[in-house]
Amino acid sequence: MAQVSDIQIEVRQKVYPAAGQAAPHAAIQDFKLTLHAGEFVCLVGPSGCGKTTLLNIVADLDQDYDGEIRIARQQARPKIGYIFQNPRLLPWRTVRQNIELVLQGRDATETVDFLLETMQLTRFQHVYPERLSLGMSRRVAIIRAFAIDPELLLMDEPFVSLDPPTARQVRELLLELWRKRPHTVLFVTHDLREAIALADRLIFLSPSPMSIVGDIRVTIPRDLRQDENEIEAFRRQLLDGAPHIKQLL
Amino acid sequence: MSKLQKFFPALSLAVFVAAWQGAAWVLDSNLLPSPVTVAGVFWLELLSGQLTYHLGSTLIRLIVSFAVAMLLGSAIGLALGRNKNLNAFFDNWLVIFLNIPALVTIILCYVWFGLSEASAILAVVINKLPNVIVTIREGARTLDQDLLDMARCYRLSRINTLKHVIWPQLHPFMMSATRSGLALIWKIILIVELLGRNNGVGFQLHLYFQLFDVASILAYSIAFVIVIQGIEHTILKPLDKQSQRWRR
Repeated sequence: MAQVSDIQIEVRQKVYPAAGQAAPHAAIQDFKLTLHAGEFVCLVGPSGCGKTTLLNIVADLDQDYDGEIRIARQQARPKIGYIFQNPRLLPWRTVRQNIELVLQGRDATETVDFLLETMQLTRFQHVYPERLSLGMSRRVAIIRAFAIDPELLLMDEPFVSLDPPTARQVRELLLELWRKRPHTVLFVTHDLREAIALADRLIFLSPSPMSIVGDIRVTIPRDLRQDENEIEAFRRQLLDGAPHIKQLL
Repeated sequence: MSKLQKFFPALSLAVFVAAWQGAAWVLDSNLLPSPVTVAGVFWLELLSGQLTYHLGSTLIRLIVSFAVAMLLGSAIGLALGRNKNLNAFFDNWLVIFLNIPALVTIILCYVWFGLSEASAILAVVINKLPNVIVTIREGARTLDQDLLDMARCYRLSRINTLKHVIWPQLHPFMMSATRSGLALIWKIILIVELLGRNNGVGFQLHLYFQLFDVASILAYSIAFVIVIQGIEHTILKPLDKQSQRWRR
């Protein structure tokens, strides 16, 4: 496992330039967040507020912004595993080959076997992605992200468009894997119940230009998170105590 | 595919040969020798070693010019497809080169660089290059940005990105460029040989044209068609099958 450190994300401003008739607009403004080592943080905000833009900046896919992403007390960028909304598997490589590609020749047979087993995909390791269901493809994407032993895991609504039972199953498998390999996670969702079920910390975001409007610690013990009533009670308490957040959702 | 359909290719070939035999029998002229006569000439040329020598010379030119055109064309096509500025600058060049008649480039290469093997290869490459560039450029424009972003995010090396992410997406375009390239290049090579070489199928066709020997002309043409079909069935189709095995 990589040595874990806090990660600092600071985006002073991200502006999309004018395109055609559309004027330039600021997507993110004065965003500053420190992720503590091994922490599971959920970003919750309305659709279109700039959550994916932020993840792309953190992943270094978008370099046109004012700010910096770095490991605390170091200048280096963190090693990142990114689970996109769409699994983005290479259709011409089998499940195992997709995972091994990001390892770039590093021998990690045991790690891959362990991850496949935890995500219940050992039987499908030699299958091409076209033959997998969406839920299975998402699980492969999760394995791929964990396989590189990242310092930071980014997840962009990885359970969106899955039917509720499948989403629940993948979520539980993800949590099981994360308990075994507790990487720092930045998870984007607009589903508050899902966020409460998963996170140590909830970060609430304003509409564009995005900034932080709430930073709340989830106090439900992890072994009680299966209980829908506990989740609902925490949600109600949270929204009743913070009407400005209720307005956003 | 029904049992009958399996026999269609052989059946259609047999009908073609029979129609040719019938036409030759009706016309009864040296201008259209029968398939049997052409087969006889083919066999004699093969036994004398002339056919293999000239076919071999043409094939070597085909392989070298094809390889150079594909390698160079793929690299330039990929660069133009991924870089809008580069494409805007060189687009007119491409249009010009696409429209220069093959005969003009062949003559100019021989005039400027002499009647050498290098000039012959260069002339073929110049003729084929723009087609490869245009085909690969179209492929490069359709590359899936999501997959490229995934590769970048996971810090895949340039070589791995090219080999495992870009190349499989370009494969159909490469196959298209390969097939059209083979068809175009061997026709150009024949003209190149006819105008300025002293061996090869093109040189032989020129010789038999002067002798008005239609049977020999047809024998050499058929030999070349057999070789190209051989390449298609033993190299290109298996390659295609191998690369498409992941599809349902």
